[in-house]
Amino acid sequence: MTRPNDIEFTNVTKRFGDVVAVDNVSLSVERGAFFSFLGPSGCGKTTSLRMIAGFDQPTEGDVKLSGQSVVGVPPYKRPVNMVFQHYALFPHFNVGDNIGYGLRQRTPQPAKADIDRQVSEMLELVRLSGYENRRIWELSGGQQQRVALARALINHPTVLLLDEPLAALDRKLRREMQIELQTLQREVGITFILVTHDQEEALSMSDTICIMHDGQIVQTGSPTALYDDPVNRYVADFVGKSNFFEGKVVEADDHGAHIETASGRAFAGRNPRNAISLKNGSSAVLAVRPEIIFIASPKTGAPSNADVEAPAVIRNRIFLGEQTEYLVEAEGLGEVLVRAPKHAETQTGGFNPGDQVLIGWQSAAALALEDA
Amino acid sequence: MQAKWINRLLLMPATVWLLVMLVLPLIFVIVFSFGERAPAGGYIPAFSFEQYANLPARFTAFKNTLTLAPLGTLAALLIAYPLAYYLAVKANPKWKTLLLVMVIVPFWTSILIRTYAWIYILGGRGIPHLLEFIGIDGVRLINTPFAVLVGIIYGYLPLMVFPIYVSLEKLDKRLLEASADLGSPPLRTFRQVTLPLSIPGVATGCMLVFILLMGEFLIPALLGGGKVFFIGNALVDLFLQSRNWAYGSAVAATLVIIMLVTVTLYMKLVARVGEQREDVSIL
Repeated sequence: MTRPNDIEFTNVTKRFGDVVAVDNVSLSVERGAFFSFLGPSGCGKTTSLRMIAGFDQPTEGDVKLSGQSVVGVPPYKRPVNMVFQHYALFPHFNVGDNIGYGLRQRTPQPAKADIDRQVSEMLELVRLSGYENRRIWELSGGQQQRVALARALINHPTVLLLDEPLAALDRKLRREMQIELQTLQREVGITFILVTHDQEEALSMSDTICIMHDGQIVQTGSPTALYDDPVNRYVADFVGKSNFFEGKVVEADDHGAHIETASGRAFAGRNPRNAISLKNGSSAVLAVRPEIIFIASPKTGAPSNADVEAPAVIRNRIFLGEQTEYLVEAEGLGEVLVRAPKHAETQTGGFNPGDQVLIGWQSAAALALEDA
Repeated sequence: MQAKWINRLLLMPATVWLLVMLVLPLIFVIVFSFGERAPAGGYIPAFSFEQYANLPARFTAFKNTLTLAPLGTLAALLIAYPLAYYLAVKANPKWKTLLLVMVIVPFWTSILIRTYAWIYILGGRGIPHLLEFIGIDGVRLINTPFAVLVGIIYGYLPLMVFPIYVSLEKLDKRLLEASADLGSPPLRTFRQVTLPLSIPGVATGCMLVFILLMGEFLIPALLGGGKVFFIGNALVDLFLQSRNWAYGSAVAATLVIIMLVTVTLYMKLVARVGEQREDVSIL
């Protein structure tokens, strides 16, 4: 049984003059999902969010909320609320009045005692009990973020929109808020739509991620699906880190392709799209995640499951704690990024710049992708 | 220690200027106001309240100033706010600079010449003449309080537009979206968000225009034609024509006191509005 859709885009296009911000996008978001739009600035993700909020109207196509078309419905009549980038809290109101703002817009206006009660409930939800009378500028970034959340949730929207909500926070606080947002979403049980350019943020919080590029959806799927089976180079590049070796398809079948790079060497790779778009002679790219590449000293040799290997020289070493990142210059491949986990390092003792090593991978784990 | 001396040194010119050009003359005015007029004009030292007792003779000047200055400020505000709002919020960014320059352009010509122009616009061969064409006879505009008010609004509008423009310009437009998102239609958003956040600009604009209007003399002199005169005109008359320095000083001192009281009250009012706010200061 599928759950009803909270949001539906049907062939939505949004143009600003000659600029096409969103180009014929169709999508649907299930009720209660944590859905993210991910992409670089200018990819159309914010415009999509603004069309859900009602700040922008689609030039063509239909936007539905809970099955009802909302084209032409102004923002103040939509059952969605938004957490703005940089929060947009009202500087002339205190925390309590900011949070209660949504309730005060209702006709008839709820009684003051009722508003106060709901405000303090919301403050409790975002762990800021007793902050009613604080001024906005007295709060830290993380606290302002929570006030913005409480203000958006007090009207019990069917959908909560989050526009780069964590961009202004420092790294540690961002991690905390990611967990808090997830917990909060489970608690209130409504649909969350997140817009972000930060892949880590999207990967860690969302059930479904929609990757956008130039106003179009490139791929929609779960974080794991996007990471393991990206449809093209753009997605593989955006989600996680990857090495890309450009070349031409020399042999393609239903499951993958062999790609010949400039050095004349051919590599096999799996194609998540079942090789539909990969034809002999077309340009393609081999994507190899840094963590699937082994790094070994020439003496010990390659692990038994590896079927690709190349001699290399260590150029740079970055210690990241639980893992170490190496930049190596490999024969016939050029610069390659390799990530070695800590436990592997304890056996070999690690490598230093200038060391001669052997790198390689298992072909089944490499991806043959469209070079888009 | 050294920084302190540098500070003092840098403040010297301003301090000397204020003492010599403001405080000292003010003391003269107050001292003179208790004196008497010399037979041939000027001043004889004395200590009497006679000049102050004579103030009612200039009641009309006070009345005109104290009605037309607040009225002019209010009218300028009502006209300037929508203009500033349009410039700051609605205007196409491409044209914004041009439009702002157009607000300033009148300042490139002397206020004297611009006010002279109004004499013709409001005079017999101006608007009243046009009205005659459509059958409305006998309208007299020049030398009326209306003419003075028009002149005041025209002359002081930019001073009102700019502070309001600045406060609306720096208003975070996302706050308006946040308000709409939370269920507030545009008019309510204006009342609950835009207007309160533009109060600093409104306060500054009103203060500037009001203070300058209280001392205005050129516009009533030209457009009021001796019928609608301000305290400023009374002072010109007393000091330059009748050479009654003592009486003139009493009128001037009274004006200063009235300004002091109204401006203080005004500042208190604005301070109360901005009591709980960081973004509102008096000026």
